[in-house]
Amino acid sequence: MSETNTTSAAPSILKVRHLTTRFKTDRGIVTAVDDVSFDLAPGETLGIVGESGCGKTVTSKSIMRLLPPRVTIIDEKSDIQFQGLNLARVPEKTMRTVRGDKIAMIFQEPMTALNPVFTIGWQLDEAIKYHLDLDKKQRRERAIEMLRLVEMPNPEKRIKEYPHQLSGGMRQRVMIAMALCCEPDILIADEPTTALDVTIQAQILRLMEDLKRKLNTAIMLITHDLGVVAQVCDRVLVMYAGRVIEEGPVHDLFHRPRHPYTRALLRSIPKSGRKEHGKRLPAIEGIVPSLTELPDGCRFQDRCELREQRCIDEEPELIPGPDRRPVRCHFPLDGGS
Amino acid sequence: MALIEVRDLDKHFPVRGGFLNRVVGHVHAVNQVSFDIKRGEILGVVGESGCGKSTLGKTMIRLLEPTRGSMRYEGQDITELSHAELMPFRRKAQIIFQDPYSSLNPRQTVREIIGEAVRFHRIVPRDQEEGYIIDLIQKVGLRADAREKFPHEFSGGQRQRIGIARALSVKPDFIVADEPVSALDVSIQAQVLNLLMDLKDEFGLTLMFISHDLKVIEHFCDRVLVMYLGHVVEEMNCIDLQDSASHPYTQALLGANPINDPSDRRPLTVLEGDVPSPFDMPPGCPFAGRCPHQIELVPMRADAHIGIAPLDAGPSIQAIRRFLGQCMQEMPPLETYVEGHRVACYAVDAEAVGAAASR
Repeated sequence: MSETNTTSAAPSILKVRHLTTRFKTDRGIVTAVDDVSFDLAPGETLGIVGESGCGKTVTSKSIMRLLPPRVTIIDEKSDIQFQGLNLARVPEKTMRTVRGDKIAMIFQEPMTALNPVFTIGWQLDEAIKYHLDLDKKQRRERAIEMLRLVEMPNPEKRIKEYPHQLSGGMRQRVMIAMALCCEPDILIADEPTTALDVTIQAQILRLMEDLKRKLNTAIMLITHDLGVVAQVCDRVLVMYAGRVIEEGPVHDLFHRPRHPYTRALLRSIPKSGRKEHGKRLPAIEGIVPSLTELPDGCRFQDRCELREQRCIDEEPELIPGPDRRPVRCHFPLDGGS
Repeated sequence: MALIEVRDLDKHFPVRGGFLNRVVGHVHAVNQVSFDIKRGEILGVVGESGCGKSTLGKTMIRLLEPTRGSMRYEGQDITELSHAELMPFRRKAQIIFQDPYSSLNPRQTVREIIGEAVRFHRIVPRDQEEGYIIDLIQKVGLRADAREKFPHEFSGGQRQRIGIARALSVKPDFIVADEPVSALDVSIQAQVLNLLMDLKDEFGLTLMFISHDLKVIEHFCDRVLVMYLGHVVEEMNCIDLQDSASHPYTQALLGANPINDPSDRRPLTVLEGDVPSPFDMPPGCPFAGRCPHQIELVPMRADAHIGIAPLDAGPSIQAIRRFLGQCMQEMPPLETYVEGHRVACYAVDAEAVGAAASR
């Protein structure tokens, strides 16, 4: 793949090239993320969307090097450029100065990501102690300041509480406070609002937006919710069965999807209004192929309404395309959804 | 006559605590809920976690015993029936659960899962059972050979199809679908919704569709009950939900729902505060603590079509005085404003609701 595929207008803070992550499983080696390349600009919100098993979480965990090393193989051609380092190759010791400090991550389920036997304050303190050189009093102040930043009511009282005493939305706020305590350059948010109610989701999304503006953090937002993407992302990467199949600025992608999968995905969302009410949804028939039984040609071929012989015979490359709109399809759509 | 008539239904759960493990209080999961379901209709129930929507669904088919109130099914009060008398109703009313992973027995094949209820209720003669099951499996979009497989051999969407086949196997009239698509990916969600729509037409089903996703409800259901902390706060037709939603909570739900269009970006409605604990419920309207009217003590906007009373308009001032004083003290009654549209809010202006409905 050439560099021009994924260059964005601003100089990028993170450059991922040919990221390929494999897992050793009982049924042999499975490629969960296959030749993924993208850029992230400072202050940008990049959405990574796709259905379960498409590789969006593995992509982010590969960047963070949070996958179990015994069963994970990050292919040698993978190149994750961040501040002069190739994160795919650096030793774990170097990675520890990056992880949490410069690239932080929040997860879907804040209850499992927080330790139930320590107070919020203790856990925040631990994060601050590890990354910043502050004395105990300063650290406490910093913890309270961070909780205030994420609009936690009563931070002085809350730092003495345990995770189970907080609601889901409050726990996610603690996670964000923890992730942001070192003012990272990049925040990777893996389905941060999926487990939350919609009114709480709105609070968290607004909070992330505010913080992004204040701290100029670049955000990689991993989600399956296209509504969230439409509302908060600048650019979108669509993944399918381990591959990037389309990329583009959010407006273009939603209004003029080039890959039949993206178009079908957008169409399958329930619409509001009288015209659509009670109608059958244009669903994508079939299911995502198993990573152990991938077809030779295009991975979407079984479910694609535009399939031709060529799609069965050869897998399409990610074609650069105009206007920063790479697409992996032999017969890309020209626009109009 | 409505197929189902629910009147003043309460479901309270005891909370035990202390040294002797005494009952120290009750969680009011469902509170004074009344509504009808017409034959052949899809009634949506929407609300956030803990609002009592699943409890309501389970109480409807007496998987949970109601604390008070009545539920008539084809005119017969089923809350009064004994276990044995309940059997015909048990066949007629079925449920589909959210999590197709935990609601199917992992040690049973699909044939056994579906066959068990078929045999129990003697739906078809023994010698026709196999054919009946094959037919059913194909109707829900699975291949006939699926009947020899175990639940773990299927994907989430396929498992939900098995759950649907099981519910259909006893030829029910009424199905409670409790978050049937919430655990599924978007493309699979659309498949399962379409399947439910087709089956509803084919078998003449009546559905109660429980979901936290207002988008799905709006698209799929005929009518919706909006629940908040055990109370129904609004009931209306789904077709003009966007225009006629009048309760501040329903409006907040609509406003918090991210729209699938990047050209239509708007600040998401953010409610301040958290949901109060259902254990020590404040008196008055359960939504009062988060209500935008209550916090600012003035109506937010004067647009008549939103259904909120403008401050300076003559007849509405009374309404405002009423809600300012009463929200915190008394639960507003669920009042019918126009045919089929009920709202429980002191701040809602009857004329405005009518105007929105007539547009």
